[in-house]
Amino acid sequence: MEAIRHSAAVAKREWKAYFHSPVAYIFIIIFLALAGFFTFSVGSFYEAGQADLRVFFFWHPWLYLILVPAVAMRLWAEERRMGTMELLFTLSVTPMQAIAGKMAAAWGFLCLALALTFPIPLTAGWLGNPDWGVVASGYLSSALLAGAYLAVGLFTSALTRNQVISFVLAVVGGLFLILAGYEPVTTLLSQWAPRWLVDGVAAAGFMTHFQAMQRGVLDLRNFVYFASVIGFMLFLTQLVLNNRSGR
Amino acid sequence: MIKVEHLVKRFGLRKAVDDISFEVEKGTVLGFLGPNGAGKTTTIRMMAGYLPATSGRIWVNGIDVNEDPVRAQRQIGYMPENTPLYDEMTAGGFLEFVAEIRGFRGAERSRRVDEVLDSCMLGSVRHQPIETLSKGYRRRTCLAQTLIHDPPVLLLDEPTEGLDPNQKQVVRDMIERMAKDKIIMLSTHVLEEVEAVCSRAMIISEGRLKADGAPAELKKRSASYNVLTVEVLAPAEEAAKVFGAIPDVERVEPVTEAGGKQVLRLIPKDRQSLAVGVIEAAARHKWMVVGMRSDSGRLDEVFRQITTTDDVIRRSA
Ligand SMILES: Nc1ncnc2c1ncn2[C@@H]1O[C@H](COP(=O)(O)OP(=O)(O)OP(=O)(O)O)[C@@H](O)[C@H]1O
Ligand SMILES: [Mg+2]
Repeated sequence: MEAIRHSAAVAKREWKAYFHSPVAYIFIIIFLALAGFFTFSVGSFYEAGQADLRVFFFWHPWLYLILVPAVAMRLWAEERRMGTMELLFTLSVTPMQAIAGKMAAAWGFLCLALALTFPIPLTAGWLGNPDWGVVASGYLSSALLAGAYLAVGLFTSALTRNQVISFVLAVVGGLFLILAGYEPVTTLLSQWAPRWLVDGVAAAGFMTHFQAMQRGVLDLRNFVYFASVIGFMLFLTQLVLNNRSGR
Repeated sequence: MIKVEHLVKRFGLRKAVDDISFEVEKGTVLGFLGPNGAGKTTTIRMMAGYLPATSGRIWVNGIDVNEDPVRAQRQIGYMPENTPLYDEMTAGGFLEFVAEIRGFRGAERSRRVDEVLDSCMLGSVRHQPIETLSKGYRRRTCLAQTLIHDPPVLLLDEPTEGLDPNQKQVVRDMIERMAKDKIIMLSTHVLEEVEAVCSRAMIISEGRLKADGAPAELKKRSASYNVLTVEVLAPAEEAAKVFGAIPDVERVEPVTEAGGKQVLRLIPKDRQSLAVGVIEAAARHKWMVVGMRSDSGRLDEVFRQITTTDDVIRRSA
């Protein structure tokens, strides 16, 4: 009960902090602009003549690769730089409660940005007759993917007091997780590596799971995958935060 | 009650806190003194449950801080050094946040926030973003944060640093008002402050506890303790000679002489009290003593004695 109260208070504070600065609005505008640009121009949404959102979701892993670390980088780095972490962790808030609160606020924010893309599925619905189940599963997988990136960013943010370093580390971490399941990489890998290794690497990456869910396959394994990535990264974050040096 | 036993904190090879033990009873205002880098902040951070101790134990009202920091922290209001605050929040919003975490809701929360805003005189900046506050207001906002849940223990790391004399006085008055039923431990570099508000002082140096006692007691260790300044109506030469002959007097220093009035400083042997001897001697010679002041010692002298000897010894070794 107290844990929930603490997490909620932290989440509320973080949420307000996002909208206090122009960062939130800039982020949402950039996200929507890029999502639209990739879908309509690069992805040739109209020309494809299909009333599905594959081209829309196709770019999300790459969009998130840059944008999510930008949302995550300040979460802990700023607390470290300002010294407010000392305040937070002496108010009887535990690292786990604070992590949960920050994760909830930032994830909620990303989901809000994602939800604001609603004109795109509406356009698809107006143009043709998309499979709404697939659309929903696409949104769900995108939200989970954003959460996984966010968990990586939260972890790298806890490592340093410098937001730029946190950002770079998060991008590198995210890139690794994308490339692990990316087809060109798996083909390259399969030329010399044994089958099980290729599969293992591919299974550890975002892409296989993301794409499977894109097709509307609601396999429990994909949920478990994203949940474990998030859980593992948050666990690492907690280890870092528990190991305080006072600086 | 606070109990600290053999507390040690190591950063790499360096011992920032080296085997400190003490107990503090309710009703005590404990001044925590020591030169820069002595280990004050490190000690207080461990007591507040922020830094884990390398070894040793801390109990706050019977709760082991290392074992159950969260429960201990409910008993503690902690003001960190350098007043870290969430700059983008307003002073009032920040205190609401703290009150929410401390478990107050609804009307009770508003009441508590109003109360500390009032007692720390922050009403006028309630809606002002913290980043625009002046240093003194910032510090008081950070102090207000410690009081929201009216904790039995306050740990304040340099609470009056950077405050103007008026604000310093305000904070001291607050501390005095709360002293009766709390334990207040504050670190400071302002020695007059210790004399003004603390019922007990501890001096640490290089992580070790060097002195512990009431300020008035500590001052007795100072070289000027019981130095007696006498104003007497007597012939110049003679007065110095007669007072110099008192057994407890080490030596006599003339200060001024005007119209038959002598002002003399008498330095005692072993910091003995000289008043009685001087009055007797004056009476014997039928001299009129018109003024007499015995020095109660100076904390800054004691501080310097205690915290520099180590360096001096090491340098000469
Ligand atoms: N996180 C840390 N890592 C390494 N060394 C540290 C750390 N924190 C403190 N120290 C060292 O421990 C010693 C004690 O520092 P501390 O901050 O406790 O001193 P202090 O008594 O509060 O000094 P001041 O009066 O300047 O505030 C110093 O030598 C400091 O450099
Ligand atoms: Mg300090």
